[in-house]
Amino acid sequence: MAEAPLLDVKRLEAWYGESHVLHGIDFDVRKGEVVTLIGRNGAGKTTTLRSLVGVVGKRRGACIYKGADLLKVAPHKVARLGIGYVPEERGIFSSLSVLENLLFPPAWQAGGMAVDEIYGLFPNLKGRDSTSGTRLSGGEQQMLAIGRVLRTGADFILLDEPTEGIAPVIIEEIGAALRILKDRGMTIILVEQNLRFAASIADRHYVLDQGKVVDEIPNHALDANMDRLNRYLGV
Amino acid sequence: MTDIFGVPIAVLLGQLLLGLINGSFYALLSLGLAIIFGMLNVINFAHGAFYMLGGFAAWLLLSSLGLGYWETLVIAPLVVGALGAVVERLFLKRLYRIDHLYSLLLTFGIALMLEGLFRHVFGAAGKPYPIPPSLTGGINLGFMFLPMYRAWVIVASLAVCLATWLAIERTRLGAYLRAATENPSLVQAFGINVPLMLTLTYAFCVGLAGFAGALAAPLYQVSPGMGSSIIIVVFAVVVIGGMGSIGGAIVTALALGVIEGLTKTFYPAASSIAVFVVMVLVILIRPSGLFSREA
Ligand SMILES: Nc1ncnc2c1ncn2[C@@H]1O[C@H](COP(=O)(O)OP(=O)(O)OP(=O)(O)O)[C@@H](O)[C@H]1O
Ligand SMILES: [Mg+2]
Repeated sequence: MAEAPLLDVKRLEAWYGESHVLHGIDFDVRKGEVVTLIGRNGAGKTTTLRSLVGVVGKRRGACIYKGADLLKVAPHKVARLGIGYVPEERGIFSSLSVLENLLFPPAWQAGGMAVDEIYGLFPNLKGRDSTSGTRLSGGEQQMLAIGRVLRTGADFILLDEPTEGIAPVIIEEIGAALRILKDRGMTIILVEQNLRFAASIADRHYVLDQGKVVDEIPNHALDANMDRLNRYLGV
Repeated sequence: MTDIFGVPIAVLLGQLLLGLINGSFYALLSLGLAIIFGMLNVINFAHGAFYMLGGFAAWLLLSSLGLGYWETLVIAPLVVGALGAVVERLFLKRLYRIDHLYSLLLTFGIALMLEGLFRHVFGAAGKPYPIPPSLTGGINLGFMFLPMYRAWVIVASLAVCLATWLAIERTRLGAYLRAATENPSLVQAFGINVPLMLTLTYAFCVGLAGFAGALAAPLYQVSPGMGSSIIIVVFAVVVIGGMGSIGGAIVTALALGVIEGLTKTFYPAASSIAVFVVMVLVILIRPSGLFSREA
């Protein structure tokens, strides 16, 4: 029998106030895998990640992670299980300097990266310590948002569209960094609209549509299924 | 030359000193108000009542338990802060998600109830609180006589304000507070217990008001109305400095205390409205306040 997945999401539903946004999401992620969530705008990708970390409060279903149901864990305790969240809006704090942003999340698990190691991964951040976090360019803010969860010892990273609105050179750098993290054994959920980028790093892809998982495609079968995918994505 | 515009220098300096003392109390109170507003998004109308509670706590600790001034100065803020924590946990907490108007009404109601309760139990008259023996007397500065207790009030409040400011701007805990002001749910997603932090913040700020009340006890008498008479000016200070700016609240408070003192010297009739005139001017020119981040 195969090893249980690291994260097993079953019939996840979520609401913003009265509006029912996720209608039963099912997927799983095994240890060391990079899994993407793809789907058109408004499909519910961001909401899925927010539900996992408790930013969305009204949820139903189960998200079993290392044996615990994340939906029953207090929102401030999710990070302590080794989950690092990189939100779509990046969430760099403007009242904190670059270094303060980087040092911000407490290190909940051993094995987090040292600041120098993070600067090694993202050299653009080096020498910017006292700059206000939001003065960085969009790409640099993305690097900072990723870097700061690496310090915490998180071994499961939720990345929401890290390439959105970012210059191609920087996308390459972020891609290279993610491959390094993958080689180190990090497990990653990547929300991505950029299929070429997703294909360069992922093992499997889940397609979301209208709050449901409608398909699962292994990375090696991506090319063969391009027509189907384009139909889902409406391109 | 001993006169400035017909006012003897000694009188002028005396008024400046009084202004600075008032400014110190404004600073302790507006600092807390600004932090509470920034973090909890609550306009804490009960702040004056907590200041009054601090005064009464000091007076009660002395008159019924016989505790000395220094113990009182530590215990009174703790008692007031603990009460603040209870208020936050029981009531305020439930109101964050809905319109700010509700928390404003709640804290306004709490202020009225506390003041009414104390008026009923202790009467409206002021209760005297003696200056502690170690701080009686004064220093002759040559150009004026500086009473020890007044000097102590200025030093103590400035030290507490400065320490609070440093803690917020320079420490890790302060970084959590600043970040939680911007994006509480993300801070929570990083593993920080934001609800607990909000309770402690409210308790701390309200405790500062209690500290100010205990500090004020030997200077002014302790009375149920002491909070409502100072809180109006303190709100004006926060509006002038800009809601949410902590350094701004401290600087504005001291400056306005001094402006009040100067007005009292040169044009006494206007002294009680000077602060509000400044407030009107600031609202006309820079509605978000002098030190607010957004222009
Ligand atoms: N804060 C919110 N309040 C109410 N509705 C929301 C909120 N955020 C998202 N929605 C709605 O929930 C649905 C799913 O949104 P979500 O952000 O999860 O989509 P997404 O797949 O991440 O889209 P995108 O590719 O545009 O980022 C959409 O219909 C959106 O309009
Ligand atoms: Mg999204």
